[in-house]
Amino acid sequence: MEKVLDIQNLHATFSIQKKDYEVLHDISFSVNRNETVCVVGESGCGKSVTTLCIMQLLPNNGKIKSGSIYLDGTDLTKLSKKEVRKFRGKKMGMIFQEPMTALNPLLTIGYQMRENIINHRGVAKKDADKMAIEYLEKVGIANPDKRLKQYPFQLSGGLRQRVLIAMVLSAQPSLLIADEPTTALDVTIQKQVLSLLNDLKKDMNAGILFITHDLGVVAEIADRVVVLYAGRKVEEGTTKQIFKNPQHPYTIGLMNAVPNVDLDEFVIQPIPGTFPNITEHIDGCRFNPRCPRAHECAKCFVSAPQMIEVEPGHFVSCHLHG
Amino acid sequence: MKRENQVVVAFRKLLKNKLATFCFILVIIELILLIGAPLFTKFDPIEMNTIDRLRPGFWAASDPRYLPEHWLGTDELGRDIWARILYGGRISISVGFISTAVGITFGTIFGMLAGYYKKLDNIIMRIMDVFFTFPGTLLAMLIVAMLGIDVKNATIAISIWSIPSFARMIRGRVLQIKEEEYITAIRSLGATDFWILSKHVLKNALPTIIVIATMRMASSILSIATLSYLGLGVPQPTPEWGGMISSAKTYMYDAPYLIVIPGIAIVITVICFNILGDKLRDILDPSLKD
Repeated sequence: MEKVLDIQNLHATFSIQKKDYEVLHDISFSVNRNETVCVVGESGCGKSVTTLCIMQLLPNNGKIKSGSIYLDGTDLTKLSKKEVRKFRGKKMGMIFQEPMTALNPLLTIGYQMRENIINHRGVAKKDADKMAIEYLEKVGIANPDKRLKQYPFQLSGGLRQRVLIAMVLSAQPSLLIADEPTTALDVTIQKQVLSLLNDLKKDMNAGILFITHDLGVVAEIADRVVVLYAGRKVEEGTTKQIFKNPQHPYTIGLMNAVPNVDLDEFVIQPIPGTFPNITEHIDGCRFNPRCPRAHECAKCFVSAPQMIEVEPGHFVSCHLHG
Repeated sequence: MKRENQVVVAFRKLLKNKLATFCFILVIIELILLIGAPLFTKFDPIEMNTIDRLRPGFWAASDPRYLPEHWLGTDELGRDIWARILYGGRISISVGFISTAVGITFGTIFGMLAGYYKKLDNIIMRIMDVFFTFPGTLLAMLIVAMLGIDVKNATIAISIWSIPSFARMIRGRVLQIKEEEYITAIRSLGATDFWILSKHVLKNALPTIIVIATMRMASSILSIATLSYLGLGVPQPTPEWGGMISSAKTYMYDAPYLIVIPGIAIVITVICFNILGDKLRDILDPSLKD
């Protein structure tokens, strides 16, 4: 399968008061064409930073220390600012968490879509309008010609998210990055947007990198799952492998934290402890303060675990599997 | 749905406010009077007439010295005050308008660059701070003293004087807009900085620009009057409101109206622009909406 996105040994740091703190440590994973990869983890584990690294939109104090990000075979980390800008939108598009604020409130939907299409597809204004209508239809918006003349405030959250998806797709990117696109939507709209993304994946010939903390969403949309914890990849596998046979204690903890309505007893088992701050230094495995099985193995407190392939395509980074 | 310009919508809201409508009509009447000055007076504002010196206006209609054609009286050199007010207002308003326009152009450019590029921020804003350390009038006097006394130089002085405050306010607004998610979204679609600044940031900063421009118009008119009063603005005998007050100083006790009438003209104009600016801010500033 063709790799659209290939991240290799990515290290990123944030500088806080002149000191560098590592937010991403040795992250590697890839997204194939026509595949959805979900990145899962708690708030602050580095999910969004990963997307910002790919888009090269890190805030001023953020920096990619080492590693490479290949998009369609080009290493984005080696490109100049100007060259990266040409990749943004054209080769990789991003959908944001908050559809309410991701559109310029003063410009019509039509203007913003047209601007993007003319910019990336190099077509005349008239054709751009036609394409805009075509893409709005594709994302399931009724009366697209009417919508084009409206302003963002006249649209609901779900509609705006669809408009944003249409906007990103209209440039025909190879990679679609969705940073918690359904978090701000209510559950029924969430379902619609997810099935829309699932349908689109088939005919847009792109890879989707989907960021979420919602395991229900993961089960619905993902082909493969990458679990991050405190800036490190702890587990990777197909959705089936991760859900049926989770290996890392953290992944198991995440699964247990989802309420199971089938059981008579309605219990949620949260992972004890709190998420480490990036300024905190932890010896050995980053998860050891919260890990229920850390006492079983002395290495947990000494050295960081390596990635091990437990079954084909299923990787885990834990001393208990060594 | 009809496409409505945001400015048009704001204007319609403005006309719903009685005070603002009143000020707006007053400004329009004033502009008509000033632009069409020759139609509203038959006198030359500069030509002297020593026979008709210091004639009183309509308030002393019973006075035998009152002449109905000089309904606002005449000054110490026999020039018709109504004519001088009309022609003088032309200069005040145009200097106010031009200097505001120049000030806003440069102020917007500097403010946007400073707000958007962190590297330029310190350089531009520290230069603006240097301008801020001078009291405004002193700065304008300094510039006029260097360039020579002349309407053009006075306009330049007032323009330069208004740039720093524009730059500072627009920078603040740009800093705010820059953090909005749609700017990140637009950047993620591959937009250039120039495109973001000119299409998205400027458009969102426009309400702020309109408000401060209206307010600044009032203070620019006041500034040119101040400079003229100090003898650094419009040279005599060209009529100008500030200059008229200045030359009437000597006759303050004999003919107080020589000071009062141009004073009223300045006050009406300045208050109207200030009220308009104030109401526009209420309408355009989303943070003040209830």
